Parts: sequence; C-alpha cells; structure tokens
Amino acid sequence: MRNTLPMRNTLIVLAAVASVAACASRPEPTPTPATTPPAASERPQGPVPGSIEDFRVSVGDRIFFGYDQFALTTEARSVLERQAAWLRQYPGVRLLVAGNCDERGTREYNLALGARRAAAARDFLISLGVAGTRMETVSYGKERPLDPRANEEAWSVNRNSHSQIVSGAVS
Amino acid sequence: MRSLQTFFAAIVAATLLCGQAWAQDSGRTRIDVDEGHLNPMPIAVVDFIATAPPAAQVGRDVAQVIRANLERSSLFRSVAQAAFIERIQAMDVPPRFGDWRIIDAQALAVGQVTALPDGRVRIEFKLYDIFAEQFLTGFSYSTTPDNWRRIAHRISDQIYEQLTGERGYFDTRIVFVSESGPRTRRVKRLMIMDQDGANPFFLTSPDAMVLTPRFSPSTQLITYMSYETGAPRVFLYNLETNRREVLGDFPGMTFAPRFAPDGGGVVFTLDMNGNAEIFAMDLRSRQRRRLTNHPAIDTSPSYSPDGAQIVFNSDRGGSPQLYVMAADGSGQRRISFGDGRYSTPVWSPRGDLIAFTRQGGGRFAIGVMRPDGSGERILTESYLDEAPTWSPNGRVIMFFREGRGEGPRIWSVDLTGRNLRQLPTQTEASDPAWSPLLP
Repeated sequence: MRNTLPMRNTLIVLAAVASVAACASRPEPTPTPATTPPAASERPQGPVPGSIEDFRVSVGDRIFFGYDQFALTTEARSVLERQAAWLRQYPGVRLLVAGNCDERGTREYNLALGARRAAAARDFLISLGVAGTRMETVSYGKERPLDPRANEEAWSVNRNSHSQIVSGAVS
Repeated sequence: MRSLQTFFAAIVAATLLCGQAWAQDSGRTRIDVDEGHLNPMPIAVVDFIATAPPAAQVGRDVAQVIRANLERSSLFRSVAQAAFIERIQAMDVPPRFGDWRIIDAQALAVGQVTALPDGRVRIEFKLYDIFAEQFLTGFSYSTTPDNWRRIAHRISDQIYEQLTGERGYFDTRIVFVSESGPRTRRVKRLMIMDQDGANPFFLTSPDAMVLTPRFSPSTQLITYMSYETGAPRVFLYNLETNRREVLGDFPGMTFAPRFAPDGGGVVFTLDMNGNAEIFAMDLRSRQRRRLTNHPAIDTSPSYSPDGAQIVFNSDRGGSPQLYVMAADGSGQRRISFGDGRYSTPVWSPRGDLIAFTRQGGGRFAIGVMRPDGSGERILTESYLDEAPTWSPNGRVIMFFREGRGEGPRIWSVDLTGRNLRQLPTQTEASDPAWSPLLP
C-alpha cells in the first residue's frame, strides 16, 4: 500500500508543475517565486529544488540519537531547523516522521522509544512553525534498520528519526 | 487390580477427560521434574500394533512422535527398539514385565491402531509401570486418520502427567513471526505450527509487517501487532474463521497486546505523541480503561494467571525495569533491581514466576524472578535472547535467539536452565507464543 503512494504523489506533483508552467507562459512580468523550479538544463548538478532528493541531500532527512536517547542533539536541532525552513518554502509538502532504533533493545520497548524519537522531531518542527497537521508520526522500533550490520557504526545510524516526504514535493 | 478391559469400555473424547482419574497413586515410578534431566527415565514406546498396512504406518508414526516428544523434554530416554525382547501382539494381554525390566525400561507404552468401517481409526494406548508391574493409565480415541499427530501428542501428555505428576504441554501450538529477506527490508508474517514444529502454515500475507503474536486462553484467538493499516495497530485474528480485525479505534499507535487470562479482554500499549501508556479493553463491551499515567515509557503488560495483577515494563526510574500493579492500575511498584535493563515480562501460567529479557554487558539473557522481584535466576544468555513465552505447565520457556549479524531462530529451555534446544522452522523465526493445551 505504502509503495503505491509515491507514484500517486508524483502524478499530483506533475499536474502542479504543469499548471506552474502554464502560469509562467503568461506575457505579464511577474516576480519569480522562490518555488519555481529552474529548468533542469540550468542546474545540471544537484537535485531539483523542492524535490525529495533536494530535501534529502541539501537539507538532511534524518536526525540521529544517542543510545536509548530521544533528546535532540545540537546537530539534530540544526538539521530540523533546515527542515523547517525548507518546509516553509514548500508549504504543500507533508511528512511522515518515523522513529527508528538500533537492535540493542527489545522489540516492544523499541517501538515506544521510536515513537518518542519521532515525537521529539515533530514537536521541534512545530516549535519552528511547521503546522502539526502537515506531519504524521510512526515508530518502526528496531524493524527498519538503515544499516544491516551489527556494530556500533551501524547502530548509531539506525537510531534515527526519518522525515519522509509523503506528498507535495517537486518531482 | 482392575480388569484391563474396563479401561476400554468407554471410548472417544470423554475418556480423555477421565484418564487422570484412573491413575494409581501407590508405589509408582515418578520423575522429579527439577532433577529428571540428570537421570532421564528409560521408557519403552512400542510401535503401535495394527492388522492392516495403512494402520500399521500410523502406528509407527504415532509411536515415533511420542518418543520424540518425551526425549525432547529431557526427562525421558527412549529405550532402543532393537533391545526389545517381548514383541507386543495384543492389547488385552499384560506385558511380560521381566522382559522389559531386564532391558532397563522403567515404563512401557503400548498401543493399537484399528481402521474403523466409517473411515476413521481407533487409537488405543496403555502405559505400564514395569517395576511395580502395574497398569498406570490408558485411553482409546476414535478420530480421522489425518488427526493421528494430535492423538500422539495427547498420549505424550498422558505419559508425562502420569510419570511426573505435572500437566503435559505436547498437545499445543506455537504462533510466531516467520522472517525472510534482507535485514533492511524484512518480510515478517504470522505463522502457526504444532509445538514440535509440524504442520506449519502462514496466517498473514507478506504485504504487512506483523509483530508479537499472543494466544488467547481459548486457543482460537490470537492478538498481534501489524503495520497493515500504516501505523502500528493491535489486531485480533480468529483461527476458526480466519478473520482479522483491528482492536479499537485509537488516536495513536497501539502495540504490545496480551490477553487477560479469562480471554475476555486485551491489555496493550497506546502511544500518543511519544508517550506510551498501558490500556485494557474489554472485548465484549469494547470499553477501554487507562491503567498507567506517566510521561515515561510504560509497555509490555502481562496479567497474572488469576487476572488480579499486571507486570509491565517502564523506564520511569531512568532505565527499563519491571513493575507490578493491580489490574485496575493501582499500587504500581518496581520489582527488578538487578544490574542491567529488564523488559518483556511474562507471568508464568502457574503464577509463581515472571520471565523476562535482561540486557547487560552487551548481551541479552532470559531469566525468571518471583513476582516480588526475589529469586532472580538467568536461564540462558547470548548476543540476543529475547521474548520468553511459557509452556502451559510453566516448565519450559520458548524465546528467540539471534547471533551477531544472523537472523533469529526459536529456542526452548527448561525452567532448570537446562535442555536448551532450537525448534525446527522452515524460515528464520521470532516472537514465539505458546498456546494453552488444546481443548
């Protein structure tokens, strides 16, 4: 079910882009809105602004936590500040904030811990002015590791909150 | 001495229930369940006799399942068939006890399979105490031929009960999570099988990740957590109708479900905005009741068998520890004070112990403690041992074990800490839950 969502969103986004393009073709000069995607030829390197890739690469879609922690680190706060700024720029974007844990905990406790991490990220984004209605949260506990290995490096990556764009991004 | 024939005057299911009443209590061979593994009782289980070839195959299969069950318990040692002197040829003739004594058998199980005109088979069984030269118990059961495994498990339970004085656990099932695929994209499906790994089949599709299934005391309902609708939700699965439903309509995610001992309710965790609290829901009225109210994590609730108390997991003291409260949420108090982090508490069906996962020193252990937190004992430990579940007689604990970088498998260990065994599963497997004895 979830896998079909991005495709549907892509169609919505394509329609949105088409309407923006139609507006741009009008003769009267208008100030270029920040959201107007530049032509791909102008920016051969780097992701398309407003795209999921833009959010992931230019902003950062994951923040990381210490072992059994859900407090936001300085680094996590600065990533969330960039996310909030980006989300203000693209007000149609909606997020699924997913909390994840490493495998060094038991399953049910980690589901609760992941929920705390997702809530911590969501609450901070709200404090930065992102409407709570644009975000849903979920916990995957230790069920969705980014790094399959069993070592400290993998575990530190797997303790995260992932701000996943579910709709409204530029394709 | 009672006439042997009287034991087979009555047949079918009713005799099963009466079986225990026939037990003779004087001077018979007994196994101490706590020490039996040190000196397993030698028992001879003869291939069940039969007149026709198809029935003969059933007879051999039934005997083999009984031997395997008893040996797996580690309380029994099956005497090699090659050593048998007497060849049992009739059920109504007592065995030549001397022939069995001389090969060191302390107990003897014999049986017979008879094809009935209506297509069913009748399976008869008798258990003898060789040294007391006594008939101990027996029954006769008519059933469809494909049901022979369950009969074998029931006979195993009868033998176990007669010789240990405790209820058996062989006529039971395990529901668990079958795992496949890479760790980053794991496919997790509900699967159910007999206690010995036979008859496995899937209950859910690969589309939705499922976790933590648990049996109801009625054995026909399972509760579990699934991502089927997106967010984690507690589901109920009816094994008779193969229907499943979401339990309640809650604003947050629901997980960590377990049935109340009377089967009439489910206790679970509801997480709202990162605060996990324990709720109970009555399955008839669908009334819900909040049992905890604390900003810390409160999860993994498990009822005492009398339904009066609940043990749960909370990190309100700074790390995950075990707490006990009354079933209405009152009187919450911490019971775990050892080194490490404690979680996944499960109350024993006997009520005397709580099993848990303890994490410390980079390893995970399965242990037990009394409900007041005293008498903590670790049964097994590895890179990751997690999620204990009790046999219905409270003597064996199943759990899952993962090696470093390896997938999980289901294991069992006796309450003594001995007899550690891996269960045969076709796939990697986790989150086992043991059923009560089947009706």
